[in-house]
Amino acid sequence: MNFDFKQDHFSLFGLPRRFALDAGQLDSAWRTVAAQVHPDRYASAGDAEKRAALMMATHANEAYRTLKSPLARARYLLQLAGVDTQEDTNTSMPADFLMAQMEWREAIGEAKDEHDVAALEKLARDLQRDAAALQQHLGVALDDAGDLDGAAVLVRKLRFLEKLEQEIGDAIESLLF
Amino acid sequence: MALLQIAEPGLSAAPHQHRLAVGIDLGTTNSLVATVRSGAAGVLPDECGRSLLPSVVRYLDDGDVAVGFAAQAEQSRDPHNTIVSVKRFMGRGLADISEAAAQPYRFVDAPGMVQLITRAGPKSPVEISADILRALKQRAEASLGGELVGAVITVPAYFDDAQRQATKDAARLAGLNVLRLLNEPTAAAIAYGLDNSSEGVYVVYDLGGGTFDVSILKLTQGVFEVLSTSGDSALGGDDFDHRVYCWALAQAGLSGLNAHDSRLLLTCAREAKEALTEHASTHLTALLSDGQAIDLTLDQDTFRDITKTLVDKTLLPVRKALRDARIGVDDVKGVVMVGGATRMPHIQKAVGDLFGQTPLTNLDPDKVVALGAAMQANVLAGNKQDDDWLLLDVIPLSLGLETMGGLTEKIIPRNSTLPIARAQEFTTFKDGQTAMSIHVLQGERELVSDCRSLAQFVLRGIPPMVAGAARIRITFQVDADGLLAVSARELTSGVEAHIEVKPSYGLSDEEITRMLTDSLAHVQDDIEARKLREAIVDAESLADATRAAIAADGDLLSADELAAIEAGLGAVADAIAGNRTVAINEAAHQLNRLTETFAARRMDRNVQRALKGHNIAEL
Repeated sequence: MNFDFKQDHFSLFGLPRRFALDAGQLDSAWRTVAAQVHPDRYASAGDAEKRAALMMATHANEAYRTLKSPLARARYLLQLAGVDTQEDTNTSMPADFLMAQMEWREAIGEAKDEHDVAALEKLARDLQRDAAALQQHLGVALDDAGDLDGAAVLVRKLRFLEKLEQEIGDAIESLLF
Repeated sequence: MALLQIAEPGLSAAPHQHRLAVGIDLGTTNSLVATVRSGAAGVLPDECGRSLLPSVVRYLDDGDVAVGFAAQAEQSRDPHNTIVSVKRFMGRGLADISEAAAQPYRFVDAPGMVQLITRAGPKSPVEISADILRALKQRAEASLGGELVGAVITVPAYFDDAQRQATKDAARLAGLNVLRLLNEPTAAAIAYGLDNSSEGVYVVYDLGGGTFDVSILKLTQGVFEVLSTSGDSALGGDDFDHRVYCWALAQAGLSGLNAHDSRLLLTCAREAKEALTEHASTHLTALLSDGQAIDLTLDQDTFRDITKTLVDKTLLPVRKALRDARIGVDDVKGVVMVGGATRMPHIQKAVGDLFGQTPLTNLDPDKVVALGAAMQANVLAGNKQDDDWLLLDVIPLSLGLETMGGLTEKIIPRNSTLPIARAQEFTTFKDGQTAMSIHVLQGERELVSDCRSLAQFVLRGIPPMVAGAARIRITFQVDADGLLAVSARELTSGVEAHIEVKPSYGLSDEEITRMLTDSLAHVQDDIEARKLREAIVDAESLADATRAAIAADGDLLSADELAAIEAGLGAVADAIAGNRTVAINEAAHQLNRLTETFAARRMDRNVQRALKGHNIAEL
């Protein structure tokens, strides 16, 4: 059972340390690792080994979850580079971005009040399109331009969009279920 | 044996020895036990050739316990002492049980979980379930001719932590080594997936006697990855019986039946429901205790109408699971039907209509879960080396903490792949604050009062500091069985206040030991003697392992810790000399507890030794 808890998540899965990522390759690398360290592989082993397996499998799942989400992946790359994304402390945002946020929120509130699931689902699709554009910029900033400060701003923006997406999901759920 | 069984996996078992392991479907209505023999999974029948064991337990006058058909036959004559559908009460308080008044039982609220008053005294659902499991264990050992190495026990995927913990406790109480708690839909998928060796996305629709589960799974190269799961842990075939029962009451103009009549009519209702699977209409006849005769005719259309809301109620979690998995109905390759209740034609039609395809029903819906569990038990026991598979399951309900104002903050979102751990840091709120109250919750709702309370504890011994200076890290760890452990420590001062909590619905090890001791009170002397020999062997090998560990890694212990372990070793030796099983087990248990930290440190050291920068893929 050799498992390096100190190596970064990209090395764990044998992937290049960059934002652009082949999702299929990540999935299959994760399944390979999980197959080796899952506690079920140690079901008839001693308690110490079971504990070690639990730690390793937990770590592998956490690494997978981090790399799979574009926001978490970007944040992690910045963290590896020693850049604090200041998501809780730095709330200054360009005025047009803040204005767009308010408009999103209003649209979500309206659709929710009118019990309009179709409108909420359209908002979710629009939001995903915006998020995809931000992710593309992140890829350029992190992988090509090496613009880490710019990437940190993009991470903060993407975090806003993710919260909106969560809000839309919650609204749809509260109407449907 | 926490200590030091550091061996390569698989080496401990003799290579050609088949290890006896079973899968157990502990159902609301019926339970089954299955095993893999000569490569094929099969259900183990009782001496009369019956596969199902009704999940009914009756406590008799002479102190005996009847389980299964014998108990079921007496349920209307002795309703208070004959417990059916106990699974519905697992891990539940009195307030959680809807229609408690409609049940023929005498409930009392006990800390953690409701209890039922029987002539054998108050019984917790854990003890009652253990009686069912004990019957299945005996059946398996008689049929396989040896002691079981372990068992995989299935639980509804939507069971929360308290219900899972209660199930595991029941298994331990029955003397079973739990290899894994396995979600029922996942077990069914194994049974189907391996038969059909298919790849793609599958939906498992599992309507049992008292629980409804839906899971969405992706099968890829031997990996069963659960994408999402949803359900209703208080909805099942029993509810269909209950609708028929209420319909019969209304038709016959009855109200307020006594316990005997109420049980009788419920049984008639269940028989009528089952008859409607094959026939267009059926008669419902019963003779009540006051001499009144009931004779009603129920046809399929009426049955469909009175149960339509229940069927619709199952489709909501299906849609929710699809949504969580980000899957559309068109992406689904197959729909697997599990649970006896899915035999109802209008359920098959409703599910078929939703997915635009005929659901798969080629395996017996009563047996498929037990068969899948047996296959998994065979793998976990180490009997299968090649082409085995891996299950990646998820946590069904989000875990969170109570924050200011009675709101919950989610720490682990639902449908996260297991095992998972998440840490969260907290700080103090007042100057000089030395204690902090932590409330762990499970559920999706925002308000604490709408979620299930799993554990509440006070973290003490925080060094006094100005408000906001202390840093307390709380770690949630959920293992592959979906069971939670919470630990907390203070980081800044170097003072470690470290605690482990068990969910408030779980039983403590002491309670389990007490129950085990109680249940052993009646057994024969030769069993006692064997237990004593086993206890001595176990205790001696633990003592040997401990001494060897001290010799190898004694430097990891402080003088005080070493003294405590030496004292524990002395106590074990004394207990062995006294020839008393309970005392020996207690001393061994105590020694185990004393060496837990030591074992953890040794493990860490071993992990550290192994850390040479290998990529996991190179292993």
